[in-house]
Amino acid sequence: MLAYMSKRVVFLVPILIGVSFLVFLMIHLVPGDPAVMMLGERGTPEMLEQLRVDLGLNDSILTQYYRFLKKLIHFDLGRSVISNVPVNKEIGDRFPATLELTIFGMFLAVIIGIPAGILAATKQNSLFDNASMVVALFGVSMPVFWLGLMLIWLFSVKLGWLPPSARLTVGVDLLSITNIHILDSLLTGNLRALFDTFGHLILPAVALGSIPMAIIARMTRSSMLEVMRQDYIRTAYAKGLNSRIVIYKHGFRNALIPVITVVGLQFGSLLGGAVLTETIFSWPGIGKLSYDAIMARDFPVVQGSVLVIALIFVLINLIVDLTYSIIDPRISYS
Amino acid sequence: MSVIRENLYPFSTKAEKVRGKDSFWGNVFLRLIKNRMAVAGLVIIAVIIISAIFAPLLAPHDPIKQNILARYKAPSAKYILGTDELGRDILSRIIFGARYSLLIGVITISLSLFLGVILGVVAGYFGGIIDLLLMRLIDIMLAFPYILLAISIVAILGPALSNAMIAISIVNIPTFARIVRSSVLSIKESEYVQAAKALGASDLRIILKHLLPNCMAPLIVQSTLSMASAILSAAGLSFLGLGAQPPTPEWGAMLSDARSALQRAPWVVTFPGIAIMLNVLGFNLLGDGLRDALDPKLKN
Repeated sequence: MLAYMSKRVVFLVPILIGVSFLVFLMIHLVPGDPAVMMLGERGTPEMLEQLRVDLGLNDSILTQYYRFLKKLIHFDLGRSVISNVPVNKEIGDRFPATLELTIFGMFLAVIIGIPAGILAATKQNSLFDNASMVVALFGVSMPVFWLGLMLIWLFSVKLGWLPPSARLTVGVDLLSITNIHILDSLLTGNLRALFDTFGHLILPAVALGSIPMAIIARMTRSSMLEVMRQDYIRTAYAKGLNSRIVIYKHGFRNALIPVITVVGLQFGSLLGGAVLTETIFSWPGIGKLSYDAIMARDFPVVQGSVLVIALIFVLINLIVDLTYSIIDPRISYS
Repeated sequence: MSVIRENLYPFSTKAEKVRGKDSFWGNVFLRLIKNRMAVAGLVIIAVIIISAIFAPLLAPHDPIKQNILARYKAPSAKYILGTDELGRDILSRIIFGARYSLLIGVITISLSLFLGVILGVVAGYFGGIIDLLLMRLIDIMLAFPYILLAISIVAILGPALSNAMIAISIVNIPTFARIVRSSVLSIKESEYVQAAKALGASDLRIILKHLLPNCMAPLIVQSTLSMASAILSAAGLSFLGLGAQPPTPEWGAMLSDARSALQRAPWVVTFPGIAIMLNVLGFNLLGDGLRDALDPKLKN
């Protein structure tokens, strides 16, 4: 197991080097002079030259990449061209917002998706099975940005129940410790901020969680169906175990592996891919950060956030792989 | 072809054997049209294809022409789905939008299919260092979340529908390359491929005549499902302003224009979204149906 883990970690190295090189290349793949492109109409010749010197654009590509890597090892991702704030600080500020939203969205997806999938599988071809699978099919086919807009229209505009954007209502104070608002309001015992945070979280989390929920429900159902056909399930029933024990202990535990994979992969991609949801709900996370940076052509921020997101994505996929052996001791990696 | 048939034929029922006796694809088609969900998918896709082809005949109004006097008209007999902020008929824009949606799906997936198949065949068939390098490249591409990679590519190329399509094509290559590579690896040592080699068949002939036909089933299924996700991503990019630009009646771009109208005119937001969803749903249903029809062993 340890050997397998270290092998997997070693395999990561070439991938990370490749990822960093691609991200580094981004700025050079843009047609035209990167300095002109970033400053646009605002740039005087002196400003352009200054930016070229700041970004080291006058050196050879390899020298630039070497410098990029060297800075990367010290977690230095450069500075935003627009705000001049260090990129790692921008990312550090925004990441907790994304983490909070992702955890909440995935929580909704898992607590609804998995039971729905199990129930659908144990009552195959029932009304519940058919209805939930049709809902799940609509779920995977729905554009998340449209769902977000419809949720805002219904719950914010029409009913006025929930706020349409941001993380806190203006005027609600919250001492920032971790910048994960639920945690901060619990730590400081600030109930007003806690409820306000929940209110702001619900709509984006439902929008974000809808697609994973549908995927998880479908995957749980098909994995359960496969397991429930096995001989040992029949044996378990035959020896008189009650069906709850058979379904959860014999069935679900064995059906879990593909479900875990999907949950992990979805978690990884939400953590970095929530660009659309964060944009619609003006959620100040890393997805919105990278989108705003792309629109403003702020390439150091684009590079930094894409790099961090890819790193998280790769690490989560690795963790998912390694989790298998804990859930299912039959898998050996020798 | 024979290998697929051997794998799948024993699962067909008696009735199918009588009707579609000799044809593998005939059997697949029979199984497909027995699947109600798949038929629903086919019907949805057919409706969208028909609206795309006959858009000028079907659309009651011009999709681009502005009419300031008819801004934000609620759905009525004249404007069945209402009008947008420039007084354009939403139904007409949706009908014309079908053209973009289908073209985007077909062009992007054809491109990624073409490149993915080449990469997969080369990696699987020739193996060795080429395989190693190509597969590491694929791993690196897969290290980026799907939509983020597409957005980054558009960020490099600049916002435009054509660039969004290039981005989505690139993002879809790894899936196809992996499918083809694993099929090629599993059959290139088989006896009939060795026999073809012994008879002096060229690499190209072996690839085209013996290896590729065996990848057809998974590729068809994956293309259909990828079509759904490509349409969804393209709409997302257009929604973000990175794909189709105004006044193009593309569904994602229509939603982007409509955001500010959410309070006054919710129909402007509602209908393009339903159009996207139905289109994606159609391809998902068909894809699932094809998978079950092509490989009944997997059917739940």
